[in-house]
Amino acid sequence: MPKVPCAIVGSGNIGTDLLMKLQRSPLLEPVAMVGIDPTSEGLARARELGVEASPEGIDWLLERAAHLGVAILFEATTARVHAAAAPRYREAGITAVDLTPAHVGPLVVPTVNLEEHLGEPNVNMITCGGQATAPVVAAVSRVGPVPYAEIVSTVASLSAGLGTRQNVDEFTRTTARSLEEVGGAAKGKAICIFNPADPPILMRNTVFCALADGYDEAAVAASIEAMVAEVAEYVPGYRLKSPPVFDPGPYATPGGPAAGRVVSLLEVEGAGDWFPPYAGNLDIMTASAVRVGEALSMAAGTRFLRNTPAACGGAPSPPRTPQEVTP
Amino acid sequence: MKRDFRLTDSTLRDGSHALAHQFTPDQVRSVVSALDAAGVPVIEISHGDGLGGSSFNYGFSHTDERELLRAAAEVRRTAKLAVLLVPGIGVADDLHEVREIGVDVARIAVHCTEADISEQHIGLAKRLGMEAVGFLMMAHMTEPKELTEQAKLLEGYGADCVYVVDSAGALTIDGARARVAALKANLGCQVGLHAHNNLSLAVANSLAAYEEGADQLDGCTTGLGAGAGNCPTEVLVAACEKSGIATGVDPFGVMDAAQETVRPLKPTQGIIDRDGLILGYAGVYGSFLLHAQRAAERFGVPTADILLELGRRKAVGGQEDMIIDVAVELSRQAAAAAARS
Repeated sequence: MPKVPCAIVGSGNIGTDLLMKLQRSPLLEPVAMVGIDPTSEGLARARELGVEASPEGIDWLLERAAHLGVAILFEATTARVHAAAAPRYREAGITAVDLTPAHVGPLVVPTVNLEEHLGEPNVNMITCGGQATAPVVAAVSRVGPVPYAEIVSTVASLSAGLGTRQNVDEFTRTTARSLEEVGGAAKGKAICIFNPADPPILMRNTVFCALADGYDEAAVAASIEAMVAEVAEYVPGYRLKSPPVFDPGPYATPGGPAAGRVVSLLEVEGAGDWFPPYAGNLDIMTASAVRVGEALSMAAGTRFLRNTPAACGGAPSPPRTPQEVTP
Repeated sequence: MKRDFRLTDSTLRDGSHALAHQFTPDQVRSVVSALDAAGVPVIEISHGDGLGGSSFNYGFSHTDERELLRAAAEVRRTAKLAVLLVPGIGVADDLHEVREIGVDVARIAVHCTEADISEQHIGLAKRLGMEAVGFLMMAHMTEPKELTEQAKLLEGYGADCVYVVDSAGALTIDGARARVAALKANLGCQVGLHAHNNLSLAVANSLAAYEEGADQLDGCTTGLGAGAGNCPTEVLVAACEKSGIATGVDPFGVMDAAQETVRPLKPTQGIIDRDGLILGYAGVYGSFLLHAQRAAERFGVPTADILLELGRRKAVGGQEDMIIDVAVELSRQAAAAAARS
């Protein structure tokens, strides 16, 4: 099956790491990267990797999108840029996978709720903390009610760019929201810590889930372990540091009384593509975005087949014109 | 009344750690009344880990901190009310509500190398008409020169004062002196010291900081506070009076507040026992103590071993979740060692 052409908007470090991962994808073909700085090292790297790259930004991309057959794009700029560009992508029939905190589309985690959002023109990748922890909350809430979930994400100071550092509140709020909307907790709270230790620490995440009366330890633990294995399929360095720890309560949580809690200690080691391995927080964002892009490409292929059965002769083809992916 | 520096009492914030964040509105009213009557100029009230700190990770508050602040606002007459906010735990928006309750001073706390995460919070505090204080925690983990660079960032965001915060009680007199002196030499804004007593140096370090020009100092009555406790307010005031340093605070008034209002709360921390000393010796965040003791009991490993390992891993303030991690690992290692022998 031919690969689906895709583009990257943003030529910074996230864009470069995405490009390296997309070039390994069996389903997606990165064909263009755009930025706004003619001297951008990211654009130069993209050209070296054989991808068309332009400093003329989104205008350049949208002019050529039909010609290049771009069906999916990855937004690795800023929330403001994405919020302004999102309607134009939609109009051009390009599905946007948004790595910024713009929240134009629904929050998605590949292992939890991606399938229900495959028809959306725009999906949001939450935050690194959300990608790392919402799946664990979802794993607990699929076996029993979670009145309250709380996560602590600790990242190496060196791995947090200025954008993140100046918007810590946005990180904690969006991550907390994902624990509710994606994880299924009645109430969510997120805490974010930057650790300057040298050598840098791997990204660590602690997930506390409050458990309702009558919880089944074995079922909860098995569900968490299964979920972690699923995430590790697309983020190979994602792992539990030890089996989930159960502490009997009672606890009076902000989401109501809980009979006990389960604590999951996770770490994320990056694949070491463009970012150093300690920056698991960045790796989980780009790896998850690629996973989402791949799922969208398969959904788009199916839709194309369904819409024009005669033209395809059975094998699903990727859409060649942008309009065909419009849901 | 004349005073040579401004004293902030944090019994109802840092002291909250020693009571596992269980302060009630009645207790707050009686402590605030006593401190206010004694002339303490600033009283800090929040969860021990600052606004929004009520959590599994740090311990749930008995009473919502906004309710505690309202109780304080009812009874204070001249004292200013302060809150602590740690970016990453609390959010800038929390400041709107506390400002309405009547809080005058927002103290924004960051790890000593991470000043640039506080720009939004300091900026909002100023826009709301509050005094903004930058708090550089775990200041022993960085040298005076680097600490100065971070302090300059805070001043640039609008901080009216920048504190050297010895969260682990690990600074010796020379270390405290050098850091305060470096900030005084390079900043235009005020400079403060927040001392802990793990090495029994909290009062001495505070006096040394005063000699280097510190404009603000912190204490907690009875030394109530995380780990081995804070600089005891009543002792600092008495020592200042005897040294001819004007505090503007009535020494007998704070002694009475400490003895009659705070001691009856029977805190479990605030003493320099072995664990308290190890925190200061190994440079570990004081608030970890209670959590480390609980984890030690839960996983059957010595508290001291957990604290020393946290020091080796250079855990920063707020990383209470790492305590469980370390305790699980130590207990696993102990089991493996037992199996081998």
